[in-house]
Amino acid sequence: MNTTWSRFNILSVVVGFSFLYLPILILIIFSFNASKLVTVWGGFSTKWYVSLFSNQGIMDAAWVTIRVALLSASIATVLGTLAALALNRYTRFNGRMLFSGMVYAPLVMPEVITGLSLLLLFVAIGFDRGFWTVTLAHVTLTMCFVAVVVQSRLVTYDRSLDEAAMDLGATPVGTFFQVTLPVILPAVVSGWMLAFTLSLDDLVIASFTSGPGATTLPMKIYSQVRLGVTPEINAVSTIMIAFIATGVVIASIITKRQEVQRKRDERMAMAQP
Amino acid sequence: MNPLKWVTSRLVILVPYAWLLIFFLVPFFIVFKISLSTTAIQMPPYDPVFDGTGTWEKIKQLSFDNYVWLTEDPLYYRAYISSVIIAAVSTVLTLLVAYPVAYGMARAPSSIRPTLLMLVILPFWTSFLIRVYAWIGILKPEGLLSQLLISLGLISEPLQILNTNTAIFIGIVYSYLPFMVLPIYSALEKMDYSLVEAAEDLGCTPTGAFWKVTFPLSLPGVIAGCFLVFIPAVGEFVIPDLLGGSATLMIGKTLWNEFFSNRDWPVSSAVAVVLLLILVIPIVFFQNAQAKAEEAGR
Repeated sequence: MNTTWSRFNILSVVVGFSFLYLPILILIIFSFNASKLVTVWGGFSTKWYVSLFSNQGIMDAAWVTIRVALLSASIATVLGTLAALALNRYTRFNGRMLFSGMVYAPLVMPEVITGLSLLLLFVAIGFDRGFWTVTLAHVTLTMCFVAVVVQSRLVTYDRSLDEAAMDLGATPVGTFFQVTLPVILPAVVSGWMLAFTLSLDDLVIASFTSGPGATTLPMKIYSQVRLGVTPEINAVSTIMIAFIATGVVIASIITKRQEVQRKRDERMAMAQP
Repeated sequence: MNPLKWVTSRLVILVPYAWLLIFFLVPFFIVFKISLSTTAIQMPPYDPVFDGTGTWEKIKQLSFDNYVWLTEDPLYYRAYISSVIIAAVSTVLTLLVAYPVAYGMARAPSSIRPTLLMLVILPFWTSFLIRVYAWIGILKPEGLLSQLLISLGLISEPLQILNTNTAIFIGIVYSYLPFMVLPIYSALEKMDYSLVEAAEDLGCTPTGAFWKVTFPLSLPGVIAGCFLVFIPAVGEFVIPDLLGGSATLMIGKTLWNEFFSNRDWPVSSAVAVVLLLILVIPIVFFQNAQAKAEEAGR
């Protein structure tokens, strides 16, 4: 579909993207506002960032959030990749319908339902609420997103590579680690990053499944937002946005480099007599 | 199939399967079970049902009071109805905003399409809570939108948007826009544009060609996008809580208050069960659409 890009097309893209980005941009600008009023500009200042780092409550919450996100994203990536392999490789097994249903349902399930049901599970089995319950809840939610990302990569994966490795005597596990994984790695990495940011952002499920001593950053932000908009919240938000944006940009550069490297290797291999 | 291969394949399926059974499916049965119990002042705050002893005695104790309560108090059914209406209106509005954007992206020169795609996905990576929060500063009466419109002389009184349903519509359209743009874009991008040219050559007007050719071909994307917006929007909590007013009834907020403020676990479980029943039909449709897309991709 490559024809003229009309004025109307350009205008709708520009308007749509301004709508997506202006609120975030305004939020970032006002985090550098000297005035305590978040809507009146009182000169440039970084004082909200300074006061942020002396706010023990926020720093503790940030630390909990990062630990939960790192751990849950890593477990979710393993489970999500397995789920994607199961869906992609095995078209017939008992309960496949139920399995694919359970993979896709959490993507759209309202978070209040997921949060409440996980909490009731933890209470029913007598699991003390805290760091671990939030982590387990986040694994459950985010592994489905990883599964979808990896699955969409596996659809275009050339299975004859695996067959060749097996014919040459590799075990199924060896084939996965030496042949399949290196090829699908960019998708696995972006799945991990998606899981990480979803865990970092989640308010509802964390609120249900968390316990004393495991307040996450979104829970902290939410409790302060309810009291009113403050430049300090703008500052925390800006740091989170900058942190994630940097991660996404670095990851996309790395995957692009790998892609270029892989193409070069392939050409070299082809050139060998 | 050799035994090693068989064991590996079983493990690949079994591990994620077991995890989802334990942490996704079983909890729903627990929610259902607790929705049939009665509230009690203890921890956890409900009387146990079905603990395996004296089955018949226990079954007689099952209480549908919580469900009866949901039908008796107008607060609940009004919250359900208004959630479905708000979600439906927001879905239509999101479609109206997203379609021109997706169409514009699909018609863009192929060299800049990956960048545009990246720009649509990027907001999805930034916190939902923060993006909703950003709108408070814009929409409040002394906020930036009022200031801008007053300084332009378009209005003389500050706008009263925050704490109304309009603010919720804006919040949902804004937060869920990428979910609508992406599937429509991917449907339009795959489309063969020469079909539209053929229609126009055969005497179709550009508008006619759009409705007869382009739109029907993008329909799978439109449907997927509508589900991705509608289903979570019905149970949305953060947006009605931060942008809506006290008069706004949405079921996600009702459930949250029932659980955290009233500490009534059985009633909040009953609220969740009914919400799930409302959403089960759209969820099944969504999964069928996903499964079809998966089939087609293989």
